[in-house]
Amino acid sequence: MLASLAFWAFSGVAIVSALMVVIARNPVRSVLFLILAFFSAAGLFVLLGAEFLAMLLIVVYVGAVAVLFLFVVMMLDVDFTELKQGFLEYAPLGAIVALILAIELAMIGLTWRASEQAEALRAAVMPDGVSNVEALGMILYDDYIYFFQASGLVLLVAMIGAIVLTLRHKPHVKRQSVSAQVGRRREDAVELVDVKPGQGIGE
Amino acid sequence: MSDFVAQFGVWGGFGMAVLQILGFVIVLLISLAFLLLMDRKVWAAVQMRKGPNVVGAFGLLQSFADFFKFVFKEIVVPAGADRSMYLLAPLITLILAFVTWAVVPVAPGWVISDINVGILYLFAMSSLGVYGIIIGGWASNSKYPFLGALRSAAQMVSYEVSIGFIIVTVLLFAGSMSLTHIIEAQAGGFWNWNFLAGRALIEDGWPMFIVMLPMAIIFFISALAETNRPPFDLPEAESELVAGYQVEYSSTPYLLFMVGEYLNIVLMCAMTTILFFGGWNPPFELDTSSWPYLVSSLWYFFWFAIKVVFFFFMFAMVKALVPRYRYDQLMRLGWKIFLPASLVAVAVVGAYIVYGAQG
Repeated sequence: MLASLAFWAFSGVAIVSALMVVIARNPVRSVLFLILAFFSAAGLFVLLGAEFLAMLLIVVYVGAVAVLFLFVVMMLDVDFTELKQGFLEYAPLGAIVALILAIELAMIGLTWRASEQAEALRAAVMPDGVSNVEALGMILYDDYIYFFQASGLVLLVAMIGAIVLTLRHKPHVKRQSVSAQVGRRREDAVELVDVKPGQGIGE
Repeated sequence: MSDFVAQFGVWGGFGMAVLQILGFVIVLLISLAFLLLMDRKVWAAVQMRKGPNVVGAFGLLQSFADFFKFVFKEIVVPAGADRSMYLLAPLITLILAFVTWAVVPVAPGWVISDINVGILYLFAMSSLGVYGIIIGGWASNSKYPFLGALRSAAQMVSYEVSIGFIIVTVLLFAGSMSLTHIIEAQAGGFWNWNFLAGRALIEDGWPMFIVMLPMAIIFFISALAETNRPPFDLPEAESELVAGYQVEYSSTPYLLFMVGEYLNIVLMCAMTTILFFGGWNPPFELDTSSWPYLVSSLWYFFWFAIKVVFFFFMFAMVKALVPRYRYDQLMRLGWKIFLPASLVAVAVVGAYIVYGAQG
């Protein structure tokens, strides 16, 4: 009873907010609706009994990725009148693309038949007596460790690539060296000079 | 809550859960009022002032007076602000701060929802806290709040990474993500608390306190950064940004921001207690099985509360003593020192669990 109520609430909010991502006029609001959609999806995961995935969805997508999204979108200087100008011009084309996509999706949806053995043939069935965190860990780190490591390496390469592309060493920039600052002694910085009257320090 | 449903039926159980939540919230808010006073008193004592001492004996009712003052002020919404977002932001901060407490066990069995990924839930909800600040800063449509929002977005995301790794080290020791299990794994004397990890030394001969003691300290410092407390209060650095993301806020919306912020601080104190300092466990083992249920629960709750208050005291002392970091120093500390250190700690603790631990 409560669970089905929660299901309808989460799925309803997810659908409406996904729609609002597209409809909202302000891009920042679009991102916020996207976050709400993520959040509702996490709620649906919890209802499915996949609470680990739900929490990860919130930590990774809502807590980190979407923050960066929001960060970037807020920094954009968007001219709304300019955005609107192209709208009517491209609307027919967009409508045609959307129509074709909708028809294709409907065709797939109507003709989709799950094989009768599909349930039994699933590669990973959750073992009994193990929480879904442990089950997930066993699949990732025991059964498919090489694939997991390979995908990790791909991500590492992508990260290094992004850094190499954007890293510039400017030659004439003063940089701060914390160890040099902390390691500085009084003798390096202060010099006591006995100045004779009328002579100065002679420079 | 499932116990309640079994006992009282669906709607009765639902009602009981709501009552429990209301009770928890009221206790939290009242203790927060006095913690706020304590914060100001400690700060005043360090600066050799008296602090609030007019309302009530020793100023005990100061927070309540402040509350009424906040509520009766006028709510000012800036002319160019996104009105609904502007008012939504403090609500988000406050609600997230309350929602997080749902999984915090304050004594054996005294928890609203004992879910088996409790620590991840805590982590997830505290990582959402940044939204209140970003939305508030953006919706104010003013330059200082916006700069403050940008700063806090970068800062909180950065420190979450190392907090996540530190949490993983604790998870490895407990072998579970349930907060109750994490606390129970630290039972039996203060040397078993995670910051000393005495069980590893006594049973397996691995001196894990070499790793866990620095982790506890790094967690505490990251908690300071995560809650925008001095010395990491860059989002509201008054010398540069007036008051950062909350410049334009007044009256009740500001109050909501402030209460949410302090609730997060108390939550971080509770997290430090649970993860590293044994949660409700007293420092010495005492057999309480023959005690009445209420007395033994209060006995454990006393230890939990006293540790939380101690860490809150530490938060207040840090605020009073340490000068504010510069922004690049903050980022350097987070990414270049805490992140590698906590990564190494995860590897070392993992090695201990695989090769050192018995059973």
